[in-house]
Amino acid sequence: MDPVPATGLLSVSWLLIALPLAGAAVLLLGGRRTDRWGHLLAIATVTASFVLAVLGTVELAGLDERSVGVDLFTFVSTGQLDVGAGLLLDPLSMTFALLITGVGALIHVYSVGYMAHDPARRRFFAYLNLFVAAMLLLVLGNSFVALYVGWEGVGLASYLLIAFWYTRPAAATAAKKAFIMNRVGDVGLALAIFVMFTQLGTTSYEGVLGSVGLLGGGTVTAIGLLLLLGACGKSGQFPLQAWLPDAMEGPTPVSALIHAATMVTAGVYLIARSAPVFDAAPVAQTVVAVIGAITIMVGAVAGCAYDDIKKVLAWSTVSQIGYMFLAVGLGPVGYAAGIAHLLTHGFFKAGLFLGAGSVMHGMGDRTDMRRFGGLATRMKTTFVTFGLGYLALIGFPFLSGYWTKDAIIEAAFDRGGAAGWLLGGVAVLGAGLTAFYMTRLVLMTFFGRPRWEDGVHPHESPAVMTLPMVVLAVGSVAAGFVLVQVAPLADWLAPVFGQPEEVAHVVPPVVVSVVVTVVVAAGALVAWLAVGRRAVPTTAPARVSLPVRAARNGLYADAVNEAVFMRPGAWLTRAAVQVDDRGVDGLVTGIGTGLGGSSARLGRAQTGFVRTYALGMLGGAVLVAGALLAVAAG
Amino acid sequence: MSLTNYLVLAAVLFTVGAVGVLVRRNAIVVFMCIELMLNSVNLTLVTFARSTGTVDGQVIALFVMVVAAAEVVVGLAIIMSIHRTRRSASIDDANLLKY
Repeated sequence: MDPVPATGLLSVSWLLIALPLAGAAVLLLGGRRTDRWGHLLAIATVTASFVLAVLGTVELAGLDERSVGVDLFTFVSTGQLDVGAGLLLDPLSMTFALLITGVGALIHVYSVGYMAHDPARRRFFAYLNLFVAAMLLLVLGNSFVALYVGWEGVGLASYLLIAFWYTRPAAATAAKKAFIMNRVGDVGLALAIFVMFTQLGTTSYEGVLGSVGLLGGGTVTAIGLLLLLGACGKSGQFPLQAWLPDAMEGPTPVSALIHAATMVTAGVYLIARSAPVFDAAPVAQTVVAVIGAITIMVGAVAGCAYDDIKKVLAWSTVSQIGYMFLAVGLGPVGYAAGIAHLLTHGFFKAGLFLGAGSVMHGMGDRTDMRRFGGLATRMKTTFVTFGLGYLALIGFPFLSGYWTKDAIIEAAFDRGGAAGWLLGGVAVLGAGLTAFYMTRLVLMTFFGRPRWEDGVHPHESPAVMTLPMVVLAVGSVAAGFVLVQVAPLADWLAPVFGQPEEVAHVVPPVVVSVVVTVVVAAGALVAWLAVGRRAVPTTAPARVSLPVRAARNGLYADAVNEAVFMRPGAWLTRAAVQVDDRGVDGLVTGIGTGLGGSSARLGRAQTGFVRTYALGMLGGAVLVAGALLAVAAG
Repeated sequence: MSLTNYLVLAAVLFTVGAVGVLVRRNAIVVFMCIELMLNSVNLTLVTFARSTGTVDGQVIALFVMVVAAAEVVVGLAIIMSIHRTRRSASIDDANLLKY
C-alpha cells in the first residue's frame, strides 16, 4: 500500500523528532546556565512529543488509508543514489512512537528524583533527549537509511549513557563493550542496505518491500540474514547478547528506557518492518525463530544464577526479547503477537527497572540481592508496583504477560510438526524459568530477614519517582488485556501486516493457558523452596554445580567471544602490524638505506688526491687502448 | 734512421711523463711531466707525418702546442692561486674536493 500525503497535524509530525533533538541541543550547548531548569525542559520536550504522538495516532486512526508519508528533504543525492529524508506514519510506527514517548516521558520524570544528587544531571537529561529523538527517527523514518541513522543515534546515546559515570572503569568498559558489539550487528544492517541498493536501486520501505518479489531467493535470504545480524546486535540476541547485562553499569533510568523498553526492541521493529522480506525468505524467517528460542533459554538460564538485581532483570530482558524474536520469526501469525508482547514488556520491564532503581536508591546504590531482604514493609509503594510488574512478567493469569506471552506460545505450537513442538516447548520451559528467577528476585529483595549491611537505612523514594512506577504498574496490569481482548492490536496493525491469520490451534488455547500457568506455578514454587523457605546466605556459595557456575558466567559468552573473536582478531591485527612494519615499511626503508649505504661506499672512492684520479684515467686509457688493439688484432 | 727509434723515444718520454704525474707531489713537476707527455705525443705525430709524407700530423702537433700553451697559462694560474692560499705547492694538500 502506497503512503498517502500527510494532512493536518500529521504533516508536522517531524516535530516529534525535532523537539527532543532541540532539547538535547539546548542542554548540551547551553552549558551550566541550563543546570537549574534543564531537566524541566527535557521533560517538556518529551511530553510534547507524546502529546503530538497521541494526537497523530488519533488522526491516523480516523483515516481510511492508514499509511501516511511525509517528505522532508533530500538527504543524499549522488549518482543513482537518491535518498530522501521522510517519515512513514502507519500503525506500526505510531505504536512505537507512543511507547517511546510515553514510557520515555515517565522515565524522564522518574530521573528527576533518581538523579537529583548527581552534579551532571543536565548532561544526563540531554543524552536522554538525544536518545528519544534518535529512537523516534529510527521508527518513524521512511527508508532503511533513515532507520540506520536513528539506529546509530540510539547506539551513540546508549554508549554515552552507559558510560555516564565514566570515571568508573566498569562503566567505561561496559560502554565500549556495548558499542563494539553493536557495531558487529550494524555491519550486518549496513551490508543489507548495500545489497538492497545494488539490487533494487532504492532503500525506501515502499521501494524495497514492494519489490521483494523481483529478487532471487538467495538475495532475499541474504538480506534477511544480514538484517537479522543487525537486529541481534541491537537487541542483545544470541550470539551477541553478552553486552546487555554489562550495560547495567549505566544509571537505572537508562536501563529502564534504553535497555529494557525501547532501544533493545529496535531489532524486533526492524524484523517486523521488513516482514515482506522475511515472508519471502523462509530460511531467514526460521533462523529468526530459532535465534529467539535459543535466546529465551540463554537469558532465562543466566538470569537464574545472578545475584545482582539489575543483571537478573537484564537477562530477563534478553530472554523476553527472545520471545518477541520467536514471535516475529513465526511469520504472519506472530507479528502482531510479538509487537503486543513488546508493548506490554515495555510497560512491566520499565516498571521493574524503575522499581529496582527505587530499591537501589533506598539501599545506597547497592545491587546485591543477598544484601537485601525484608524490604516489603519499608518500601510499600515500590513493593506493590514491583510486585504487579513481576506478576505481569511471569504471566500471572489475566495480567499483561499472560495475554501476550500465551499468544506467542500458541503461535509457536501452531507452526506444526516437530518444529512447532520444539519452539513451543522451549517457550513454555522459558516461562517456567522466568517464574523461577523472578520469584527468586522478589523473595530475596522484599521478603525474608533483612540482610542489610551496616549503615543502610532503606526508605521509600520520593513521589516524583514512585508516580511513574504507579503508572507503569497500571499499564502492566491492564495493557495485555486491552491489546489482546478489548482493542486487538492485530486489527490495528492490519494495514502493515495484513489481516490477522486465523490461528490453527494445534493445541487448544485453554490447554496452553493451563499448561503454562502450571509450569509458571512450578517455577515459582521451586524458587520459594530454594530461597523463600530457607535463609539466604549473604555471600554466594562457592561450591556449586557446573551448570550453576556456567550460568553465573553468562554461559561463558564472554569467554567464547574472547577466544573465538577477540584473540584471533588481536592476533590478526598484530600480524598485520608486523607485516606493515617489517614488510611494507621494511621494503621502503630498505630501498632507501640500501641506496644510501651503497652511495656512501661509492663516495669513498673520491679521495681528493689528484694522483689517484690520474691513475684511474691512465688505467682506463690503457684498457681502452688494449681493447682497441685486441679488436684490431682479432 | 728507422721509424722505430722515434717511436721508442716517444714511448719512453710518455712513460717518464706518466710516472712523473703519478708519483711526484710538487705541482710544478707534475705540470712539467704533463708537458713531457704532450710533447711525446707531438713527436709521434710528426714522426708519422714524415713517414707518410702528409702534413696532417704536423698540423695536429701545432694544435697540441697551442692547447698546451693555453693549458700552461690556466694551470700555472691555478697553481699560483693554491700556493698563495695554502703556502704549499704539493698537490696532495689540495684534497678538499672529495666525499
